[in-house]
Amino acid sequence: MTFLPTDEQRAFARSLDAMLTAADTPAAVRAWAGGDPGPGRALWGRLAEAGVSALAIPEEYEGLGLLPVELAHAFVELGRHAVPGPAVETVATAVLLGELARLGEPGPAKRLLPGLASGERTATLTIAGVETVRHTVPYALDADRADTVLVVRGEELWRAPGHGPVRVSADPARRLARPAPGGELLAEGPAVTVAAGQARRWAMLATAAQSLGVGLALLDRTVAYARQRAQFGTPIGAFQAVKHRLADTLLALEFARPLLFGAAVTMTPGDLAAAKVATGEAGYAAARTALQIHGAVGYTEELDLSLWLRKARPLRNAWGDPATCRATVIGAYSRTGS
Amino acid sequence: MDLSYTRTEEAFRAEAREWLREHVPAEPLPSLETAEGFAAHRAWEAELAAARWSVVSWPEAYGGRGVGLARWLLFEEEYWAAGAPGRVSQNGVQLLAPTLFDHGTAEQRARVLPSMATGETIWAQAWSEPEAGSDLASLTSRAVRTDGGWLLSGQKTWSSRAAFADRAFGIFRSDPDADRPHRGLTYLMFDLRAPGVTVRPIGRLDGKPAFAELFLDGVFVPDEDVIGEPGQGWRIAMSTTGNERGLMLRSPGRFLAAADRLVRLWETEGEPADSALRDRVADAVIGARAYQLFTAGAAARLPTGAESSLNKVFWSEYDLALHETALDLLGADGELTDGAWAEGYVFSLAGPLYAGTNEIQRDIIAERLLGLPKGRR
Ligand SMILES: Cc1cc2nc3c(=O)[nH]c(=O)nc-3n(C[C@H](O)[C@H](O)[C@H](O)COP(=O)(O)OP(=O)(O)OC[C@H]3O[C@@H](n4cnc5c(N)ncnc54)[C@H](O)[C@@H]3O)c2cc1C
Repeated sequence: MTFLPTDEQRAFARSLDAMLTAADTPAAVRAWAGGDPGPGRALWGRLAEAGVSALAIPEEYEGLGLLPVELAHAFVELGRHAVPGPAVETVATAVLLGELARLGEPGPAKRLLPGLASGERTATLTIAGVETVRHTVPYALDADRADTVLVVRGEELWRAPGHGPVRVSADPARRLARPAPGGELLAEGPAVTVAAGQARRWAMLATAAQSLGVGLALLDRTVAYARQRAQFGTPIGAFQAVKHRLADTLLALEFARPLLFGAAVTMTPGDLAAAKVATGEAGYAAARTALQIHGAVGYTEELDLSLWLRKARPLRNAWGDPATCRATVIGAYSRTGS
Repeated sequence: MDLSYTRTEEAFRAEAREWLREHVPAEPLPSLETAEGFAAHRAWEAELAAARWSVVSWPEAYGGRGVGLARWLLFEEEYWAAGAPGRVSQNGVQLLAPTLFDHGTAEQRARVLPSMATGETIWAQAWSEPEAGSDLASLTSRAVRTDGGWLLSGQKTWSSRAAFADRAFGIFRSDPDADRPHRGLTYLMFDLRAPGVTVRPIGRLDGKPAFAELFLDGVFVPDEDVIGEPGQGWRIAMSTTGNERGLMLRSPGRFLAAADRLVRLWETEGEPADSALRDRVADAVIGARAYQLFTAGAAARLPTGAESSLNKVFWSEYDLALHETALDLLGADGELTDGAWAEGYVFSLAGPLYAGTNEIQRDIIAERLLGLPKGRR
C-alpha cells in the first residue's frame, strides 16, 4: 500500500495550478457573476485542453477513461482558483451518460459525450430527491449558461427545454434556476437510477475536492495577511489567539485531504460521504477564520478574498449536505442499518 | 495512489489475527494503573514477546520482527480490533527505544532493549518537574560529575506509571553555567529502586496511581547509562518527541476499533430521532478513517518533526470527543465508573495535556508549518 500521489498526479496538479495562476481567475469569476460568461468559458476551454473535462469519460467517447484520483487533484485546483461554472455538474453528466451506455443505453452518450470531453459544451444536471434530506427539488447550477440541462426524476432522464428565473446565490458566481418541466425524454428504466447514483458519487467527489481547494486558498491568503498586517506594533500573526485559529484551520484541512483521496481510490458511498463532510466543514471553517482574521477588510466585496469566502458554505451543502452525508456514513458502518 | 495491501502484508495480517484470536484474554485485564493490573499487563507483554508480537517493528536481534511501519500499522489494527489489552511498556517502547536506536551505543541497545521487549523492565519517563512543564528547558534537577558516573538530585513529577515501573530515563542539568537553558543538559537512565530515589505515587482524577513524583538525592548513575554526549540532552530529547506526539503513540488501529465500538453502542443505545448525537457518532467514524488515511500517507513519506504536532492535536481531541459521545449515549449510566468507556474517558481527558499541551503544539504548527512570526513565550 502506498497512499501517496504519483509523480504524474503531482505534476498534473502543478501544471493546472500554474495555468490558473497565470489566467487571472478572479476577473473571470467577477465577470461570470456580473453577466459575462466569456472569460469563464475561455477558462473552461483551457482546462479542457489540459484534459480536465475528459477525466470522467470513457475512451470510446473521446475521454481519458474514469480517473477519480486525477479528477480530485484537478478539482482541488479548481477550488483553489475559484473557477466559476458548472464544472462539477458537467462531470456528473458525463458519468451519468457513460454509465448509461455501459448499462446498454448508448444513445445519449453518443450524442453528448464527445462535446463534453472536448470542452466545447458544458452541461448541468439535477437529480430529484437525493441531494438533501429536506429539499427534494434541487436547483440546477448555471442552467442559463450550460449547453445542456439534464434532469433525473425517478427512473427518467429528461433533457429540459429551459429553466425558470435565475436566483441569486450567496455566491454570486453560482447561478441557480429550476429546470423547466417537460422537454425530451432521453432514457428511462432502472439503469437511469443506477447511473444517477454513480453520477452523484462523482459529483460528491468533485465538490469535496473543490471545498478543500477553497479552504486551502483561504488559509494561504489569511496566513499571508496575518504576517503582514501589524497592530499594537506587532504582526497580528504573532498573537497566539490568531496563530491557534490558523493552526486549527490547517489541521482540519490536512485531515480532510486524505479522506478526499481515500474516497477517490475506493469510491464507496461511506468514504465519499465522509470526505464530503470533512472537506465541507473544513472549507467553511477556513472561511470563518479568514473573515475573522482579515477584520473589516475581509467583509468587503471588493477584496478578492470574497470570491472564496462566499463559495465555502454553498459547496459544503451542494451534492449532499452534512446531515445527509453523516447519515450515509453511519449507514455504511452500521450492522443493523439504523 | 493505492489502498490495497500486498500479499506479504495480507499474510502478516492473517498471522497476527490468528494469534490474537487464540491469545487475547477473554476477560479484560484489570486497569493497568493499579498494582494488580500492572502485573497482569506485564505478564501479557511477556506472552506477546514470546511469540515476537511485542515490538514488531524492531530489528529481530532485539525481539522484533523488523517489519517496518506499514506492517506495524496493520498489526495495530488487528491488535485493537481483537480487543487486546493496553500496552504497559509504552513509554519505553515509544520514547526510550527510538532514542537508543538513534543516539545510544550498541552496548546500551543490547543491554536495554531485550528486557524492554519482554516487559521484564518497564520504563518511566522523567522529564517534567514541578516548575518545568511546558517550559521544559527551565528544568533544575541536577547531574553532578563523580567517579565513573553522575549523581542526580532534584525532583521530577507526573512520571506515568513510575509508581510500579522499574527504571526511568530523563534530562538533568549538568552544566548550570551554560549560556542558554537548552544547553548543558544530559540525558540518562537510572534505576527507580536505586539508593536515594523516593517514588511517591500521585492519584489521577479517578484516584488511580497513574503517575508519580520522584525525589532524587545523590542517586548514582554509571557513565554507561548516559545517552549520547553529556551536555547534548536537549537535542537528543527533542529528536524523539516526534514519536511521542506522532503516530507511534496513538496508532489509527486503536481509534478504528473505538469508533467501531461506538457505532455498536449507537445501535443499542441510540435514539434514531436524535440526529445531533447520530452526527457525533458519524464524526467519530469519519475521524478514525481520516486518521487512518493521514497516517498511511505519513508513514509513506516520513513526516517532519513539526508534522507530528498535527497528529498529536488531532488524536487527543478526537479521543476525547469520541469518549464524550459514548458517555452521552450511555445517558445516566455514563457517570458510572466501572465500564470500559469510563476508564477510556478518564484516560482521554489527559490527552490534550501530556506529550506537550495542545496550546504548545498549535504554536509549533503555526510557526513551523505555517511560517507565522514567533510570539512571546
Ligand atoms: C496523564 C499525564 C501523564 C504524564 N506523563 C508524564 C511522564 O510520563 N513523564 C513526564 O515527564 N511528564 C509527564 N506528564 C507531564 C506533561 O508533560 C505536562 O503536564 C505538560 O508538559 C504540561 O505541563 P504542566 O502540566 O506543568 O502545565 P503548564 O506548563 O503549567 O501549563 C498550564 C496551562 O498553561 C498553558 N501554557 C503554558 N505555557 C503556554 C504558552 N507559552 N502558550 C500558551 N499556553 C501555555 C498550557 O498549555 C496549559 O494549558 C504527564 C501529564 C499527564 C497529565
